Amino acid sequence: MEEKVIKSANEAAEKIVEWAEEHHLETCFDRAQRLKPCPIGESGACCRVCHMGPCRLVGPDAEEKATGVCGARLSTVVARNLVRMIAAGTAAHSDHARDMVLTLLATAEGEAKDFKITDIEKLYRVAGYLGIEIEGKAVNTVAKEVALKLLEDFGRQKGRLNYLKRAPKKTQERWEKWGVAPRGIDREVVEAMHRTSIGVDHDPDHILTHGLRTALADGWGGSMISTDITDILFGTPRPVKAEASFGIFKEDEVNLVVHGHEPSLAEMIVDVISEPEIVEYAKSKGAKGINLGGMCCTANEVLMRHGIPTAGGFTNQELGIMTGLVDAISVDVQCIMPAIAELSKKFHTKVITTSEKAMIPGAIHVEYDEHRAREVAREIVKIAIDNFPNRKTEGSHITDKYPLIGGFSHEYIEYMQGGRWRASFRPLNDAIMAGRIRGVVGLAGCDNPRVQSTGIHKYLATELIKNDILVVSTGCGSAACGTAGYLTPETALEMAGPGLREVCEAIGIPPILHVGACVDNSRILTILTAMAEEGGLSDEIGGMPGVGIAPEWMSEKAIAIGCYFAASGVPVIFGGESPVGASEEVTRIMTEVWYDRFKGCLHFEPDPDKILELTYRYIDNARDALKLRKYEPGRFGVERKLLSMADRRKLESPARPHEGVK
Amino acid sequence: MSKIIASAAIRGSHKVFKEAEELLQKVIAEKGEDYEFEFPDTAYYLPMIYAITGFAVKTLKDMKQALRMTESMLQVEPEDKVWKPYLGEALDSGMATLFAEEIWLALRYIEGLEPEKDPVTGYEYNGFITDTIQRNLGIQLVDGRMPGFAAIIGAAPDEETALKIVRELQEKNILVFLSGQAKDKEGKVTSVTRQLLNQGIELGWDVYVVPLGTTTEHTLYALDWAIRASMIFGGMKPGDYKGNLRYTKDRVFAFALALGEMDDIKWATGAGAINMGFPAICDTDVPVIHPTGVCTYEEVEKELDHDKIVQRAIEVRGLKVIVEKPPIPIAYGSAFEGERIRKEDTFIEFGGTRSPAFEWCRMRELDEIEDGKIIIVGDDWKERYEKGGVMPLGILVEVAGRKMQQDFLPIIERRLHHNINEGQGIWHMGQRDINWIRISHAAKQAGFGLEDIAKIHHAMTHKRFSAIVDKVQVTLFTNEEDVIKWREEARQEWKARDERLAALTDDTVDTFYSCLLCQSFAPTHVCVITPERLGLCGAYNWLDGKAAYEIDPTGGNQPVPKGQLIDARYGRYTGVDEYLKKASGGAVETLNLYTIMENPMTSCGCFECIVAIIPEANGVMIVQRGHTGMTPIGMKFSTLAGTVGGGVQTPGFMGIGVNFITSKKFLYGDGGIKRIVWMTKALKERVKEKFQQRAEEEGVPDLLDKIADETICEDSEKLLEWLTKVGHPALEMEPMI
Repeated sequence: MEEKVIKSANEAAEKIVEWAEEHHLETCFDRAQRLKPCPIGESGACCRVCHMGPCRLVGPDAEEKATGVCGARLSTVVARNLVRMIAAGTAAHSDHARDMVLTLLATAEGEAKDFKITDIEKLYRVAGYLGIEIEGKAVNTVAKEVALKLLEDFGRQKGRLNYLKRAPKKTQERWEKWGVAPRGIDREVVEAMHRTSIGVDHDPDHILTHGLRTALADGWGGSMISTDITDILFGTPRPVKAEASFGIFKEDEVNLVVHGHEPSLAEMIVDVISEPEIVEYAKSKGAKGINLGGMCCTANEVLMRHGIPTAGGFTNQELGIMTGLVDAISVDVQCIMPAIAELSKKFHTKVITTSEKAMIPGAIHVEYDEHRAREVAREIVKIAIDNFPNRKTEGSHITDKYPLIGGFSHEYIEYMQGGRWRASFRPLNDAIMAGRIRGVVGLAGCDNPRVQSTGIHKYLATELIKNDILVVSTGCGSAACGTAGYLTPETALEMAGPGLREVCEAIGIPPILHVGACVDNSRILTILTAMAEEGGLSDEIGGMPGVGIAPEWMSEKAIAIGCYFAASGVPVIFGGESPVGASEEVTRIMTEVWYDRFKGCLHFEPDPDKILELTYRYIDNARDALKLRKYEPGRFGVERKLLSMADRRKLESPARPHEGVK
Repeated sequence: MSKIIASAAIRGSHKVFKEAEELLQKVIAEKGEDYEFEFPDTAYYLPMIYAITGFAVKTLKDMKQALRMTESMLQVEPEDKVWKPYLGEALDSGMATLFAEEIWLALRYIEGLEPEKDPVTGYEYNGFITDTIQRNLGIQLVDGRMPGFAAIIGAAPDEETALKIVRELQEKNILVFLSGQAKDKEGKVTSVTRQLLNQGIELGWDVYVVPLGTTTEHTLYALDWAIRASMIFGGMKPGDYKGNLRYTKDRVFAFALALGEMDDIKWATGAGAINMGFPAICDTDVPVIHPTGVCTYEEVEKELDHDKIVQRAIEVRGLKVIVEKPPIPIAYGSAFEGERIRKEDTFIEFGGTRSPAFEWCRMRELDEIEDGKIIIVGDDWKERYEKGGVMPLGILVEVAGRKMQQDFLPIIERRLHHNINEGQGIWHMGQRDINWIRISHAAKQAGFGLEDIAKIHHAMTHKRFSAIVDKVQVTLFTNEEDVIKWREEARQEWKARDERLAALTDDTVDTFYSCLLCQSFAPTHVCVITPERLGLCGAYNWLDGKAAYEIDPTGGNQPVPKGQLIDARYGRYTGVDEYLKKASGGAVETLNLYTIMENPMTSCGCFECIVAIIPEANGVMIVQRGHTGMTPIGMKFSTLAGTVGGGVQTPGFMGIGVNFITSKKFLYGDGGIKRIVWMTKALKERVKEKFQQRAEEEGVPDLLDKIADETICEDSEKLLEWLTKVGHPALEMEPMI
């Protein structure tokens, strides 16, 4: 008998997949099985930038011999393909950021009446980064100036992005030295597209260098701007308790799912579902209330700030509908599988597209506009409520769910290490220096139906924490850990190595910190900068005992993220087959050359055990280079009693604690 | 686990907060919101609240506001399962606890309940620690005499253990504060204070054991003391919580010893102390917090073995304790320096007015003496010593060394006083031929013999001056005629020494010395010590600086080449400026040694006196540390000190050592001692003789009488009346401003 293929490592998801198979419903898992990736495109060897091709640069000694019709060599083609992914990824985060800036501007100018400045302290801090005077100014005036100043980053032609100076000085110096300091976000994306079009830039190193510049415009531009403004508008996250997995859906309440990446509309929906009229309306339709759940990164945004539960990451979206419990799913942008519109027809679920940028045939379109946000939100909630009576009995009703603690903004991470008066990164740096914590890993990126979905995340997470490595997670990586039940403080006690456990216990944290959506990877840049500035480790981001891992990546955004981490000084390891695998030259540039220049790099490694091996090597080498104490497992957190004979004899009359006031 | 501690601290903060809130309501009802309060002798209001928030609490209304701030820092307890992080929250609760305790104690002062009287023993506790005491102890904090502070909270299992722990801390010169209570092993609620009192142990500042009060909340007095160090010596601004708390963590080596079972308020107060970088070491089986970063090392540690607990505390706080004990049968350490021996406790005494005596240090060649040799000259000296009573005693300490110089002798000689005084049960006063030594019955019973005096001098002279002294030989004379004969010889040398010292002037040497000892707590302060200007703490003169540099060339005293004289009147030298810029980390660029008006010397905070300009009188006033009355410029010493310390140049204000007043270079550029229009009575008494001589040199023999003091006036209006009446010369001098 053929061995059963497990599709998802998330048991609840797997149950739904089985249920789907029984009911002959197709999912991304089936399509992934059926539709193998094109081996030429997968390794980056397919050139489609002009219509003389597509050219396949394959064959023996392709690196030296193969060329396209124009004569482009394999390394050129592979580099161009990667840079186009970077450009797309940067565009995605940054276009999202642009909308956030425009929302802030509209809010400051009183045009988006449904929004307000929630975190004034953060606004002032951001104003400080931007050199905007706050003394004697109204909050909205400061907000407007901040918005206008950040807006400059998108269309700037010359100069540098505002936020580059937030990086450690040495990191900035490397960027200038190697010509990767971005000027304007849009300019770098446009230039990336230009350079990689037919007949422009052909030197792989030169192409990739601009790729890094474009990626940095994402990390220190679009992503960081988005994180900051979202915090300003909706509040900087602090720890919240939430739940994850499909069990979050309720049988007797209206289940509305927000899915995608943008927080604005979702925030408004969070607000609207507690309006008494809306609750009454839901009751009038026979529901006990309205239950909001999230998916993908919109979920992460509202989870981080409000504890809204998540049904999981990217590969869970079809499965969510298959529970039969989702009355409506409101989607915005990025990582929305068009398949859900078709699938929803087999259930009662309404799929609602909301972005002016994104429509799906077969879905209802209710266009979001920040100027009438509440109205749109109400309309969407009502669609879900109206659909509640249509709920049928079919569907795989799953009740599994896990509690989790999320909400670890970099501000809170600083706070949790010393409270309001002593907040700093000293304890973390100390713990790394002493070897209590071996290093830090950012475990991020998508989940992917090409592998046992979320499985590699889970495996790596458990291995890393067992080896005293603190994990910070974002995006669908967080969802993978959350739906596995790992994002609890108890995980530290049960699964973390003794040194890491000691630190987690002292602070009261899970060993895996949920720091936000994929756009919030920028928070990790801020954390690394703070660690560099705290002292005792590396004085730049490069050289820190830290590694970035995206084991199940699939989105172009992941490539942009991986590259901005590499250019900032973090060794990054991606799972899956390499999209530059066809060219040894490009692979060498992205690993060795980048590492020499930036102390960061980007590897592709499908084998989870090799990912771990490489991670430990980078971390331990960084520790050695910083002359830190050698990491010894079990050195901390375990009571080791090395007794002399005299002490052993004394054990017979042990010192007893004396009893005092009870 | 740590969650237990965090939960307890959070609960405790609510309790203390409620306590403070209730008392505040009561006191406001009695006195009204505008009732003013200040702790005795401090310029720092409620010091903890002031340092952290910058808010100066002056009235009950202010306390209400401070309590509202406190309330905003209170937290909810972490849940049993899937808890949210609690460390930051517990630390905030700790700080809230300290704020609430400070308000509660202030209110108790208003109610007349502080300083507390022990309900069991009647002992009066210290209560709030004044600025004066803080400044008095300043120099000991940095010169290694006092490596740290222990706050003992609770009670030991029995009295013997309490004594053992306290004695061990004393021997290491660790200042001990006592507060709170716990059950002893019999289950009786008591405290270390009572346990010590029951054994007849002397308590108080003189012996470095200071009981603060009966509750855990009283520990706040010690923390108030620690946080003020940051503002007084560190120059940190109120409200700069990061700076203030970094200072306490890095520079104030305090820790808590929690004896007996812990409760919520103890944990809450402990969490407050951890904010300051002070760890807690418990003698009960408590959860520990080992990860570092908030404190330098572990935050909470347990040590169940009372023989090891002090050692463990020293490790956890990272104290540097260097105590070498001379080979004598009694305990030894500067904690015993302040100990008194009453007449009825005295077994034998030497000198004073009771018998001829002297102590003299002289220099010999290396081959003339034998190291470690002790000679006791006298008929039947053993029998006479065993009988007790009174005995003549001449102490001759002879030293030799390759790097030894005549100039170092007075310094070594001056330490003979400390050498004896640091022994437990023996006591010393005076110097040269007016010395006075007492040996107590207790010390005698412990086996202390006459030869032990010589042993102490041998060991301690080696220890203190190891870089310049290679050999030390001590001779004790016990026959009256020998003592008198040798005393005469010593007097000859002392006379020559004094004359030589008087001849040393700023103009005759080419090198001054710096003193950077206080940079450990006032990082930008540099003392420049010249032959005619001693250090502002009064403890270091030019010769001390020179000797210290010889002893430790990389230590806190460095040579400062004078360089070119730029301004003879104001005392500005190129070499001094160059050195200063470097040594102050760029904070101070230039220094005028002989004026108060322009770029005067900075202060660390340990100054013996403050000189301050009184513009309307065209002169200056001088007030010494410990004077609690008002001064003519409308500020008490404590307030004034706040504006002078911290390593900043404040024209018109300056900290000085007492003996500088009678130096020819005292405000030389501003007109010298004739500028002094007001000086406390105590100071007048202290400098009288030398001042008279200087006044005559200046041509105003009755100057001292023309200078006002607190018995004449305490405000500037009356001062002017007085000055006009007596015709003080300052009024006729050129304007100071």
